[in-house]
Amino acid sequence: MPGKTTLIVHSGEMDKVMSALIIGNGALSMGMEATMYFTFWGLQRLKKGGLDKGKLSTMNMGGLGLSMVKKKMRQVNVASMEQLMKDYKELGGKIIACEMTMEIMGIKKEDLRLDLIDEFGAVGTYVNEARKSEITLFI
Amino acid sequence: MAQFNVDCKGQTCPVPLVEVRKALRKASKGDIIEVVGTHPASKKEIPMAAEASGDEVIEVRADGAVWTIRIRKG
Repeated sequence: MPGKTTLIVHSGEMDKVMSALIIGNGALSMGMEATMYFTFWGLQRLKKGGLDKGKLSTMNMGGLGLSMVKKKMRQVNVASMEQLMKDYKELGGKIIACEMTMEIMGIKKEDLRLDLIDEFGAVGTYVNEARKSEITLFI
Repeated sequence: MAQFNVDCKGQTCPVPLVEVRKALRKASKGDIIEVVGTHPASKKEIPMAAEASGDEVIEVRADGAVWTIRIRKG
């Protein structure tokens, strides 16, 4: 029972990127292939040193909400963003970086985590992945 | 046949699932993966994950909050 999950990571907030990484890891763990397509604010998280820079999507309160959530996450032993990303890659997860976002936002390849990115592409690359996927989500 | 032991006690979503999949990827056909954990949802999701990839769940047992699942790699 193989199958495939393709996620668009458009949001850059910590909680949304973390949810995307959890779903990506979940898909791989359940025996599916997984592709994550990082675009717009999501792509900021693939910049060097950027993975953990996201705010909270709501209740950020100038960073107070974010630090409260992070503290709680440590208490209940939630895996870090870096660990989730490492696991995702170890289980064979694929990452595509959006070239148009790079042009719009002036991001160069050397600004990005090339150790994580498998491919650079545009909407056609996403559609070609998604047409073979049973699950596709826009996050 | 080798045995892979995975200790996920105290770990939460998605770590137990991820660690079982890592072990299954390292194992060869016929090897046993024994995973011990406490995360309630993983007790039912790990067997689902194993069955999805054609691996055999040979035992699920619980001792209070701690569960043990044994899988034979298919």
